[in-house]
Amino acid sequence: MRLKSLFAKVGVWVALGAIGLGGGSAVGQDKAPILIGHYGSLTGSEATFGQSTSNGIRLAIKELNAAGGLNGRLIELKEYDTKGDPKEATNSVTRLVASDKVSAVLGEVASGLSLAGGPVCQENGIPMISPSSTNPRVTMVGDMIFRVCFIDPFQGQVCAKFARENLKLTKAALFYDQKAPYSDGLAKEFRKAFEKLGGKITAEEKYTGGDQNFKAQLTKIRGTGPEVIFIPGYYTDVGNIALQARELDLKVPLLGGDGWDSEQLGKIAKQAIVGSYYSNHYAPDQDDARVKEFIAKYKADYNGATPDGLAALGYDAAKILFDAMKRAKSLGGKDLRDAIAGTKDFPGVTGSITIDSKRNAVKSAVVVEMTGDPPTPKYRATVAP
Amino acid sequence: MADFVQIFVLSITAGSVYALIALGYTMVYGILKFINFAHSDVVVLGSWVSYTVAAFMFSRLHVDAEHPPLWIGAVVLLAAMAYCALSGYVIERFAYKPLRRAPRLNVLITAIGVSLFLQNCGQLTPYNLTSQGDLRFPFGASPQRMPDLLGENMSNDDRVMWSISFAPDANGYAPRVVVSKIDFSIVVSALVLMLALEILIHRTKIGMGMRAVSYNFDIAALMGVPVNAIISFTFVLGSSLAAAAGFLYALAFPGLNQPAHEVWVLLGLKAFVAAVVGGIGNVRGAALGGFLIAFVEMFGMRYIDSNLRDVYVFAVLILVLLVRPSGLLGSPEREKV
Repeated sequence: MRLKSLFAKVGVWVALGAIGLGGGSAVGQDKAPILIGHYGSLTGSEATFGQSTSNGIRLAIKELNAAGGLNGRLIELKEYDTKGDPKEATNSVTRLVASDKVSAVLGEVASGLSLAGGPVCQENGIPMISPSSTNPRVTMVGDMIFRVCFIDPFQGQVCAKFARENLKLTKAALFYDQKAPYSDGLAKEFRKAFEKLGGKITAEEKYTGGDQNFKAQLTKIRGTGPEVIFIPGYYTDVGNIALQARELDLKVPLLGGDGWDSEQLGKIAKQAIVGSYYSNHYAPDQDDARVKEFIAKYKADYNGATPDGLAALGYDAAKILFDAMKRAKSLGGKDLRDAIAGTKDFPGVTGSITIDSKRNAVKSAVVVEMTGDPPTPKYRATVAP
Repeated sequence: MADFVQIFVLSITAGSVYALIALGYTMVYGILKFINFAHSDVVVLGSWVSYTVAAFMFSRLHVDAEHPPLWIGAVVLLAAMAYCALSGYVIERFAYKPLRRAPRLNVLITAIGVSLFLQNCGQLTPYNLTSQGDLRFPFGASPQRMPDLLGENMSNDDRVMWSISFAPDANGYAPRVVVSKIDFSIVVSALVLMLALEILIHRTKIGMGMRAVSYNFDIAALMGVPVNAIISFTFVLGSSLAAAAGFLYALAFPGLNQPAHEVWVLLGLKAFVAAVVGGIGNVRGAALGGFLIAFVEMFGMRYIDSNLRDVYVFAVLILVLLVRPSGLLGSPEREKV
């Protein structure tokens, strides 16, 4: 009796397996859509990061599909929300790779989350392109992990150079998120570059992302009399920090990295952020034909919203992936990987992109200033690598 | 020296919010002898209701957003308090009342359940109650900006109420002590509310009822005190104070996090520590504990290391529990034979 039911079970599994195989070969037909995955913070305190990136990716897919797809095959996007949580990031990527069987993965924005998702792609041999994780360790996970943005050391140098040479300031304070590898990395690079250029760091204070009350640290920073405060954090924290700095009568300009890049920053900090600067991947008011074209298309698709840098990077990441898919011998992990690694002088919205031997993008950065009401970023300078 | 005074001022602001939340924990404990873990979630509810009501009023009443009249703030506060008072009543009626004679542990676990329920319901996709979407419930999982009830688009100078500067030092920096308008409003509102509570508990009949129930549940019932009504009232009172704390918190830190964010949990936890440090069950102790926790946190951050902000708070808890297990103002329980 027992044996019989065992045979019955085995029989069912064999039958299921056969169906599975049959289904597999049907999907293998050339006209089936190519699946690509995206994992990003669509909700949570960094929600606009994931949403913007997703918008950029969708725009690129829509364009490609409208033009007939990739060699006649349409692109289909699978997307999961990481909620800004590393555990969710690992789960999302596992789902994309193991159950959805995507050809390539795009994401995440935050370096900490890319570091959580990257190893899953590496182990399964699926190429991953991070649109905007700037921490150097992200691509060190393995040879399957790429990025289309510049890295923290460069961004820290850009900010230091801008503060020292464009603003001609000598005294800076550091205030960074000790929990975020991104923030910590930028602060270290800024210190190194700023001191090398003859500047002085007056104070180094830390916070933990999500903290609400920053006034004790700001009081300490205020007491050291800096001319600028470098805050390489994310926009929700930076918004609160800016407000509280002004409430303490601390009016020096603030300076930061691309973690500031969100429409929400101006909404949270309002006038408190006016006159502050951050380095970014692109500026919407840049005088560049490619940028203008991208903004027009984006506005038409998303109710007139101006794309932020993350939307532009999401768009570029998807475009570079499609470009590599066109050149690749097959869509298998290894071939696709080699094609992405061979990207050279790709004309992206965020500049001309070349992937180097460490799978990082070589490109220039811009510095923007927050002005107006509500405050929005305005182009100030371009800093080359 | 200027920094010392500055941190003192900031501690009073932070402490008044902790104190308001701690009062809710301590009142419920005093009467029912269990810890209402859902209390901090009522604070969150208060913040978010304040946000949505304020956004609604700003967009519909055509008030001058740059200089809104003071009554707008009062209406927002009252709306949040009323809403949370009702929630507090409902929570007590449906979650805790059926367990009145059950072991304490059951009630405690129920409280954790209510807390998780509120956290997760709070971040469901918002349902817009009005066509323009400015009055909504629940609140969604994205952060929002609380409108500035003291004036939108305040210039950096407008945010400052008083600023006292001293002679510049060698670096050319003039030390100063600054009190911002928001800090001032928070301290004044919190002190008014705490004074009102003190009068209510010690000078009114219902306050006497609360004290009687907290002294001895069964004997109070025998003496004709309407115990169930008193318990409901305690929840209503505690929840309205939580709402007020949530409102003040949203004013001070206008970038509101999603309802299930760990920041809120930590806020509740610190207020709970304040209640324990002050002597749980003791109303004045809770207020004292709130200020003490804030002082330790802020001074520790300024003069020791800002990395360890939460460590200071919990170190105080351990220290107080070691030296005075019943808290600073708590009276030790006598074992009855």
